[in-house]
Amino acid sequence: MFQETPYIRHKLRVEKSAKTVFLLMTVLIIIPLIMIVTYMVYKASPVLSMDFLLTKPTNGMRQGGIWPALLGTLYLVLMSLCIAAPVGVMAAIYLNEYAKDNWLTRTVNLAVINLAGVPSIVHALFGLGAFVIFAGIGRSILAAALTLAVMTLPVIITSTKESLSAVPMSFREACWNVGATKWQTIRGIVLPNSVSGMLTGFILEVSRAAGETAPIMFTGAVFYKAIAEGDVFAYGLLDQCMALSMHLFTISTQVPNVPEALPYGTAVVLLSTVLAVNAISIGLRVYIRSRKKW
Amino acid sequence: MSDEPNYSIETKDLSLFYGDFQALNKVSVNINHGKITGLIGPSGCGKTTLLRCFNRVNERFGNVTTTGEIKILSKNIYDDDVSLIQLRKSVGMVFQRPNPLPISVYENVVFGLRIHSRRKDLKKTQLDEAVEKALREVYLWDDLKDQLHVKGTTLQLEQQQKLCIARLLPLKPEVILMDEPCSALDTEATRAVEELMHGLTGKYTIVIVTHNMAQARRVSDECIFMLLGELVEHTRTEDMFLNPSHQKTADYIEGRYG
Repeated sequence: MFQETPYIRHKLRVEKSAKTVFLLMTVLIIIPLIMIVTYMVYKASPVLSMDFLLTKPTNGMRQGGIWPALLGTLYLVLMSLCIAAPVGVMAAIYLNEYAKDNWLTRTVNLAVINLAGVPSIVHALFGLGAFVIFAGIGRSILAAALTLAVMTLPVIITSTKESLSAVPMSFREACWNVGATKWQTIRGIVLPNSVSGMLTGFILEVSRAAGETAPIMFTGAVFYKAIAEGDVFAYGLLDQCMALSMHLFTISTQVPNVPEALPYGTAVVLLSTVLAVNAISIGLRVYIRSRKKW
Repeated sequence: MSDEPNYSIETKDLSLFYGDFQALNKVSVNINHGKITGLIGPSGCGKTTLLRCFNRVNERFGNVTTTGEIKILSKNIYDDDVSLIQLRKSVGMVFQRPNPLPISVYENVVFGLRIHSRRKDLKKTQLDEAVEKALREVYLWDDLKDQLHVKGTTLQLEQQQKLCIARLLPLKPEVILMDEPCSALDTEATRAVEELMHGLTGKYTIVIVTHNMAQARRVSDECIFMLLGELVEHTRTEDMFLNPSHQKTADYIEGRYG
């Protein structure tokens, strides 16, 4: 009674090896991540300092800091977020709360999801054609931010829609049954309870917008631009700007004899910028979640 | 309105189709003002559908065709000039699962007032009064008067369901529709909610759908028995349970099918 049979032993062996394989794979993806980050920080350590952040590149990009690029990236990311977030959230509200479930809505939803997979270089060409040339904005921060916004809209729409549909239907029914209009329901109940999910979409947008080179290369980012050091309002809306991702690309491939530490330093700053923004949004999300109970 | 002041709801030849499926077949019924009317019948007999017709919430599902007429306070609610917002203000609904909103108890109760008035027209004192009055009517005031800021969704189920009823009251509804309001509650809570329903009689017309024969017998003044989308019998509750006039009614309430 209750003894292990050979078949049971076999099953347990399979169980154990399955677990080991999955664990190995997990370790396999963590190790390179740690190695890359450590290696980058180690290589960048000679240049990492406040001066590096706050001064402009000198000696044909071979010395100095990255201030214009850092500021440019912040401008691009924040502006694209300011454009994409409201548009994306409102479109998602329409698609999730108002649109009837018919073939047109389903097609639009499918198109939005597919749009998220369009390569960024295609968005770059679209931005060049639509904003820089057709709309006549010219190569500028505005045009680049618009291009980044178009690129990240699908992500924002998708994640906002998901967070909206995570709000239980019974809340909406409760509202409608005392005569609330859809907008009153959305304003009063649905939105306050889906903000945390929306933030996830914003985090993704920021990460992607900060890291992309292609869309801004044609639409507003430049090789070098001198701006006042330490002045956060140094760029105008219609100015061209430097950006971290673009800067990293140029000093690693276009300029000869750049000291090794410079590109690594730039990469570390780019990574930290993204992580910092993510950390803020995650903190905000945790805070909002903790107040939500149902 | 003056010729038939006793009826809150009158339906005439009300039929309803979900696509090809006929859920209601020529239902004509008059529901008395200020009374509790129980809707009973086996699953799928159309009692919930009928209930949902009274505030036109069925229409949201699409593919629904309704013919015939429903008058609430002698006004046909399918007339073109009827505003769904006004209709739902005076015909409130309570659901199977309590669905308080994820906002404070206080805000839950004044939710209706807020969405039906401009912000500047609402005075704090008026809202406070409304909250106290509504919570007293559902016997929650003594339990919750010090926890009005607590989220409605964190209360016990019984309190949640009472809160859902209280949420309707500040709008002074004519009719309160209840769709198996006690099926998620234990016996103690059920008793409490039934007691509260008795407290509301006279002021509001209550229509309650229930699967529970004993409950229908306990709480309702009148009963409507439905079968396969048709109204079989509508009489005073005592008469239905003691002396049903149809064989099918008798069979159902004795539990021979269900």
